[in-house]
Amino acid sequence: MAKLKMTGRIISQEMISPDIYSMWLSAPEIAGQAAPGQFISLYCEDSGRILPRPISICEIDKEKGALRIVYRIAGEGTREFSQKQPGGTMDILGPLGNGFPMEETKGKRVFLMGGGIGIPPMLETAKQCLGEATAIAGYRDQNVFLKEEFEKAGKFVIATEDGSVGTRGNVMDAIRENHLEADLIFACGPAPMLRAIKAYAQEQDIPCYISMEERMACGIGACLACVCKSKEVDAHSQVHNKRICKDGPVFLSTEVEL
Amino acid sequence: MNMKVKIGGVEFKNPVMTASGTFGSGAEYSEFVDLNKLGAVVTKGVADVPWPGNPTPRIAEVHSGMMNAIGLQNPGVEVFCKRDIPYLQQFDTKVIVNVCGHAPEEYLAVVERLAQEPVDMLEINISCPNVNANFLAFGQDPKHVEELTAQIKKIAKQPVIMKLTPNVTDIAEIAKAAEAGGADAVSLINTLTGMKIDVNRRTFALANKTGGVSGPCVKPIAVRMVYQAAQAVKIPVIGMGGIQNAEDALEFILAGACAVAVGTANFINPYATLEIIDGIRDYMEKNQIEDIYELIGAVK
Ligand SMILES: Cc1cc2nc3c(=O)[nH]c(=O)nc-3n(C[C@H](O)[C@H](O)[C@H](O)COP(=O)(O)OP(=O)(O)OC[C@H]3O[C@@H](n4cnc5c(N)ncnc54)[C@H](O)[C@@H]3O)c2cc1C
Ligand SMILES: Cc1cc2nc3c(=O)[nH]c(=O)nc-3n(C[C@H](O)[C@H](O)[C@H](O)COP(=O)(O)O)c2cc1C
Ligand code: FES
Repeated sequence: MAKLKMTGRIISQEMISPDIYSMWLSAPEIAGQAAPGQFISLYCEDSGRILPRPISICEIDKEKGALRIVYRIAGEGTREFSQKQPGGTMDILGPLGNGFPMEETKGKRVFLMGGGIGIPPMLETAKQCLGEATAIAGYRDQNVFLKEEFEKAGKFVIATEDGSVGTRGNVMDAIRENHLEADLIFACGPAPMLRAIKAYAQEQDIPCYISMEERMACGIGACLACVCKSKEVDAHSQVHNKRICKDGPVFLSTEVEL
Repeated sequence: MNMKVKIGGVEFKNPVMTASGTFGSGAEYSEFVDLNKLGAVVTKGVADVPWPGNPTPRIAEVHSGMMNAIGLQNPGVEVFCKRDIPYLQQFDTKVIVNVCGHAPEEYLAVVERLAQEPVDMLEINISCPNVNANFLAFGQDPKHVEELTAQIKKIAKQPVIMKLTPNVTDIAEIAKAAEAGGADAVSLINTLTGMKIDVNRRTFALANKTGGVSGPCVKPIAVRMVYQAAQAVKIPVIGMGGIQNAEDALEFILAGACAVAVGTANFINPYATLEIIDGIRDYMEKNQIEDIYELIGAVK
C-alpha cells in the first residue's frame, strides 16, 4: 500500500445536475487501495494551474479498478475537467487521507449526512456500512443527484432548502421531521452544516465523524498548508494543528474546531 | 561521468536537493521518492520552540505558481532532533537543516542544539517574508546579514549556508555580506512577497494578506539573481526558484549554481526530484560532459 501518482483513463463523464458532473476513472492501482471518505487529487492539463484539485471518492469499483468522482464546477480547474471526454486521461494522486472508520459502524444505527457537494463521498460510505445506514442528503432545490444510487445502498432521506423534494430545510430538519435516531454519525458538507451536526451529536452524546476541507498544495502532509485547529497537540508539529490531507480529512467532531 | 559536487567541504552525490518547507523531513515523500538518490534533503525550517504558524487559508494558486503563508509551523528543535534526524539518518543522503528564528538568540539556540547532531549542513533562513517581525529584515540589510552570519559561524559545528531573500534591491551586495560574515555558501531564492485578492469574496486570498510566491513563474527572476550572486562571491551558490525539470535545473547550473533545490515542483509532480537527476545525467551523456563542474557557471 502506497500513495502514487498515475495517469487514469476516463471511462465515462456525464452532467448529473446543473454544473455537477460524474466521472468514472480507470485507475486500478489507486482504486485497489481506496476506502470510503478518502480523496484523490487531480492535475489540470493547463500548466498554468500547477496545483492538483482534491476531490472525494464517490464510489469504488475494485473489480474494474475504477473510481467515481462527482464534482461541481467551482472554477477553471473543475471546468477543465468537465470538458474531458471518455477515452481521455487524467493525472491522479492518491489515495489520500484517512477515510471514515468503517469498522465502527458494525451493529450501529448510522447517519451518513451529506450537504451539497459533500454528498458524493457518503455514497461509497453507505455501500460499505456494516450497520444500519440512513443516508441523509441536503440539496438546494429539485436538482437532486445520486438519488437512485443512495436508494440502492439503503435508507435515503432528502432535504431541500426550497422544499421541492423531501423535508423543507436542511439535514437537521430532516432528522427531526422523520424522528430519526442514530448511534453514530458520519458527515461531509459545508462548515455551518457540520457545526450543527457536531452540536446535535454532543447533545445526543453520540460519536460523530466529520470530513473537513481546506486549500491544499502537497496533499500528503508535507507542506502544512491544510491545517485545522485541533484539541489535542498534533503529532507533526506539537502545536494544535492537524493536517486535513494526512491526519484527516475525517476527524472526530469533538477533536477539531469548526 | 561525475555528478558529485562539494559545498563547504561536504560532498553531495549529485547536485539536486529538496527546497526547505516543501518536502517536510522527507517521510511523506518517501512513498514516492527513494531518498537515497537525492543529493540532500533540506528540511522544513526549525526553530528553538514549536511554532503554530499562520491562520488558514495558507496557500493560493497564482498563474504558473503559488503563494504561501504557512508561517513556519514547526515542532521545535527538540522534537526535530529526536524524531526527524534519526529518520533521515536511515538514508544515504546528506541532511541540511533549515533554521529559523525571531531573533539572533533563537537562531543561535537552534544552531547550538544541532551542534552534536549528525547533520551535514545548516541553512539559515533569514528571508522568510511571512512572519511579521522586524528581525526578518536581517536578510534585507547587508550589515545585519554579515553580523548574524558571523555570530552563527562562531558557534556552528556544521558548515553554514545563508539562504537569501529576493526581496532586495541588490542581491550581490547581500551575497557579499554573507560571504564577509564567513558563510560557507549561499542559497537563493526564497519566495517573493506577493498578494492575491479574491474578487468574488472581496478579500485577500490568504489569511495573512501577503504570501511568498514560488513555482515556475518566479524562475527568470531566480536565474538572474543566482547569476548575480555567483558573479559577486567566491563561495558556492545553491540555486532554486521554479525548477520543474532538468532543463530548468541546468539553467541555474549554467548561471553559476553549484547545486539546485526543487520546491514547489514536488507538489506538481512528487517524482520531480528524481526525474531532474536523471535528466541532468542524460543531458551530460548526450553532450559528452565528463564532469558537472564543466557546466557550473559556464555561461558568463
Ligand atoms: C478533501 C477535499 C475533498 C473535496 N471533494 C470534492 C468533491 O467530491 N467534489 C467537488 O466538487 N469538490 C470537492 N472539493 C472541493 C474542490 O477541491 C474544489 O472545488 C476545487 O479544487 C476547485 O478547483 P477549481 O480550479 O475549479 O477552482 P479555483 O477556484 O480556480 O481553484 C483555485 C485554487 O483553489 C483551490 N480550491 C478552490 N476551492 C477549493 C475548495 N473548496 N477546497 C479546497 N481547495 C479549493 C483549488 O484546488 C486551486 O488550487 C474537495 C476539497 C477537499 C479539500
Ligand atoms: C509551502 C512552502 C513552504 C516553505 N517553507 C520554507 C521554510 O520553512 N524555510 C525556507 O527557508 N524556505 C521555505 N520555502 C521556500 C522554498 O524553500 C524555496 O526557496 C522557494 O519556494 C522557491 O523555490 P520553488 O519555486 O522551487 O518552490 C517554502 C516554500 C513553500 C512553497
Ligand atoms: S496539503 Fe500539504 S500538508 Fe496538507
